[in-house]
Amino acid sequence: MSLKQSALPQRRPRINARKLQGYQMFLLIFPFMLLVFLFSYYPLHGWIYAFYDYRPPFKLTDCEFVGFEWFISMFSNASKRKQIWEVLCNTFVMSGLGILTSWLPMAFAILLSEIKNQPFKKAVQTLTTLPNFISWVLVYSLAFSLFSSSGMVNNLCIRLGLYDSPVLYLQMEDNVWLTMWLWGTWKGTGWSAIMYIAAITGIDQELYEAAYVDGAGRFRVMWHITVPGLLPTYFVLLLMNVANFLNNGVDQYYVFQNAFNKSKIQVLDLFVYNLGLGSGSYSLATAISIMKSIVSLTLLFTVNGLSKVLRGESII
Amino acid sequence: MSSVQLAGKRISAGERLFLVVLYICFAIFTFLCVYPFYYLIINSISANDVSARGDVIFYPIGIHFKNFTDMTHITGLGQSAIISVARTVLGTIGTLIGSSFLGFMFTQEKLWARKFWYRFTVATMYFSAGLIPWYLTMMNLKLTNNFLAYVLPAIVQPFNIILIKTYIENTPIALQEAAEIDGAGILRIYAQVVLPISMPILATVAIFAAVGQWNSFQDTLMLMTNQDLYTLQYTLYQYINQASSLAKLIQSTGGTINESVISAATQQTPTSVRMTVSVVVVLPILLVYPIFQRFFVKGIMIGSVKG
Repeated sequence: MSLKQSALPQRRPRINARKLQGYQMFLLIFPFMLLVFLFSYYPLHGWIYAFYDYRPPFKLTDCEFVGFEWFISMFSNASKRKQIWEVLCNTFVMSGLGILTSWLPMAFAILLSEIKNQPFKKAVQTLTTLPNFISWVLVYSLAFSLFSSSGMVNNLCIRLGLYDSPVLYLQMEDNVWLTMWLWGTWKGTGWSAIMYIAAITGIDQELYEAAYVDGAGRFRVMWHITVPGLLPTYFVLLLMNVANFLNNGVDQYYVFQNAFNKSKIQVLDLFVYNLGLGSGSYSLATAISIMKSIVSLTLLFTVNGLSKVLRGESII
Repeated sequence: MSSVQLAGKRISAGERLFLVVLYICFAIFTFLCVYPFYYLIINSISANDVSARGDVIFYPIGIHFKNFTDMTHITGLGQSAIISVARTVLGTIGTLIGSSFLGFMFTQEKLWARKFWYRFTVATMYFSAGLIPWYLTMMNLKLTNNFLAYVLPAIVQPFNIILIKTYIENTPIALQEAAEIDGAGILRIYAQVVLPISMPILATVAIFAAVGQWNSFQDTLMLMTNQDLYTLQYTLYQYINQASSLAKLIQSTGGTINESVISAATQQTPTSVRMTVSVVVVLPILLVYPIFQRFFVKGIMIGSVKG
């Protein structure tokens, strides 16, 4: 008893001091947590705008409360339904193209590893990542220089007599899905390949030696050793792609959009921007944003669950 | 081992063809990645009448650098450059401080409700309120037409926090313990023990943060209407769409001051303005590229070790 009593006064202050230090440390990170709250959680209150008929100069409290009207109008109003269907089509096709060709960087890395000339390999690896580090505005500037009516491609083709009057490549509506995918691939393939190139160096070299000893040729080794070695990495990235299906971003499509290709280039993100900040329909744009967020979150959790079942590991 | 080398040396005709095709394909793709940049640069230093006709394709013709000195006559371009540099420097510093400090603090067991705050921060990677609510929030916070809108949101970046936290967790804890026994407080341990040993990861984070800041376009597009706060990226975007009027502007100001007869080779054309501004925007990236490309693999490897 006396032993316990003497031990208590010694232990108590130590625990308190530790706790106190914990609070003090929290005070240090508090300003940062405030920033997290302000920029990531506080904007959620803006979802309320979707339930009002918000018109910017007025205060929200002066605007009419309309309940789910905006959400309903997305499906009931024929012209809106048509427009949203068009936007969804664009989003699905462009994200779909990206997912269907998501194996390209892996193929790029595998094939590059077949090249034994080190300077050539290094040059390819370095120079193909360059486009990843420029902004979409600059990509557009390059595209304009090369493909506008007075651009290099038109000049060259006219001079070679391929056609007489310039082709307006940037105003074309029909193949904008394809060109957007091409620019995306041009910009991203070299960079994405680096991840696989790093993964290839991590594959056990003895596997290769064993395969060669067993008489496997170049292609069999690629198919039976390199590809299976990279599949786990590919799988994770593929799932991330699926989770980001609706998040195409604004930049690329905004800079390339013009009056002629608008109906084919508007993906969900750009549509929300054009609708909200372009034509001032804040409430409808917010309603669409909410739908998008819910679908995106559902996708993420589905994909994560899938990953847990298939790989026994979650991706988030 | 010798059999492996033998197998490697015995190349069949099919394999040889495969390799030739491979080299050609990679050469073409690499060319496509590099040529647009080369095209911009040779056009920006060629005689302007020739470049406007589209005759500069393989090498510069009539080299001159007057286009770059003429850029000073475009009002707003210098201001945009200052804003771009300022946001890149301050934004990167913000990201470094925020990510390294939070990454460090989230490794400290003692921190009150550590797990909660860590999840509170990391969870923000996976949801977003959406464009319009975000815009309205920025407006409520008085961050529209405010330079701070470039810097403040950059400070807390969950992905970088995870990177740095993972890195610190893999350094020997004994270093921190030794400093603590010597009586160092938490801030001292952060500044004098943890920061110095985290330099490799901080360099990687800094490079990617800086490139991100320099290339950022969307925040200017949505938040800024005051021309004094435009970044180079945004100004370039505007110039692409209105280069012809700018060219006239430069002709009327730059030409008459310096020389009475404006030579066709140095007279500004829409093409020359567009190309030159593009080169100004891409040049910083091209210049630091050789330095930061050795961080690529490192950056990606660290990210993939532990998510």
